[in-house]
Amino acid sequence: MIYIDIIILTLLAVTAVTVARIRDLWAAVMFTGIYSFIGASWMLLLDAPDVAFTEAAVGAGISTVLMLGTLALTNKAEKPSTSVPVVPFLVVLGTGAALVYGTLDMPHFGDPEAPVHQHPNPSFVERSQPDMHGLPNVVTAVLASYRGYDTLGETAVIFTAGIGVLIILRRDKRTAPDEHSSDEVVT
Amino acid sequence: MNSFPIIRIVSKLLIPYILLFALYVQFHGDFGPGGGFQAGVILASALILYGLVFGLPAAQSVAPPWLIEKLIALGVLVYAGTGVATMALGSNFLDYDALEHHFLTDVTWGSQTLHVLPSGQHLGIFLVEVGVGITVTSVMLMIFYCFAGRNQSSE
Repeated sequence: MIYIDIIILTLLAVTAVTVARIRDLWAAVMFTGIYSFIGASWMLLLDAPDVAFTEAAVGAGISTVLMLGTLALTNKAEKPSTSVPVVPFLVVLGTGAALVYGTLDMPHFGDPEAPVHQHPNPSFVERSQPDMHGLPNVVTAVLASYRGYDTLGETAVIFTAGIGVLIILRRDKRTAPDEHSSDEVVT
Repeated sequence: MNSFPIIRIVSKLLIPYILLFALYVQFHGDFGPGGGFQAGVILASALILYGLVFGLPAAQSVAPPWLIEKLIALGVLVYAGTGVATMALGSNFLDYDALEHHFLTDVTWGSQTLHVLPSGQHLGIFLVEVGVGITVTSVMLMIFYCFAGRNQSSE
């Protein structure tokens, strides 16, 4: 089991470095799709099938398609940079070191004494059976019933994002002349 | 991509199963892993695959943009409407215990009891997940339409 963990995490790291270093944008988009798919496999190993579902469908599927759609509007290759980015490298290194330092205080993975396993998890696992009249999926019960108001907010966020994209990108017959003139102003 | 026979045939074979799996994830989400968000994304990816292979007009004749536009709002409306319905029944906003009914919930069929219609908490979760599914599907599809339509007009 530990070998699968090591293999998948190594692949994740290799893919991430490849995405950062590769100059061909089309290949970079493909590698982000591969990264998401490996990430989904990792979530499955961590017993989170819901997150794995979402990561596989959104990360590997839809966002790859959207990136390709964006790529069709721009160039296929990244501009080669002439300067060596020393300051950004130091900033990234500093942030990474701070994050690693922050994790040192965290409880070990799967530690039963961790606060997340002390409260409120046991109460939800115990309560959801009688509360939900035998609905077996505690995750769904927490998402849709105990935290129903939060999920309504999340749905509203997706709604707002969709409306925003519609306003910016839609080409309607009625608004087409306006948009054309605004394009000319930009270019 | 319509001219590649392998892509065309494989996607024709796969799309029905992707759609079926999306429905399974949607309506079995109360029992297994899944739910409205995951199901909506899977459903949208089936339609996006169809659009990629057979062209944007083919996808838009299956799911016309004017309908998708309205479905974006309908999903949120179904979710919030469930909350308003529980309030109208004299309970708190989104407190599904108010949706308890006894019509066809416990039907005795021979020796076993069948739960034909969901009730109470189960019905509320079911309705709310349907709302999430509708909104997520249509938003994902609409974003794809916007990006793909832009490519065509610029070519």
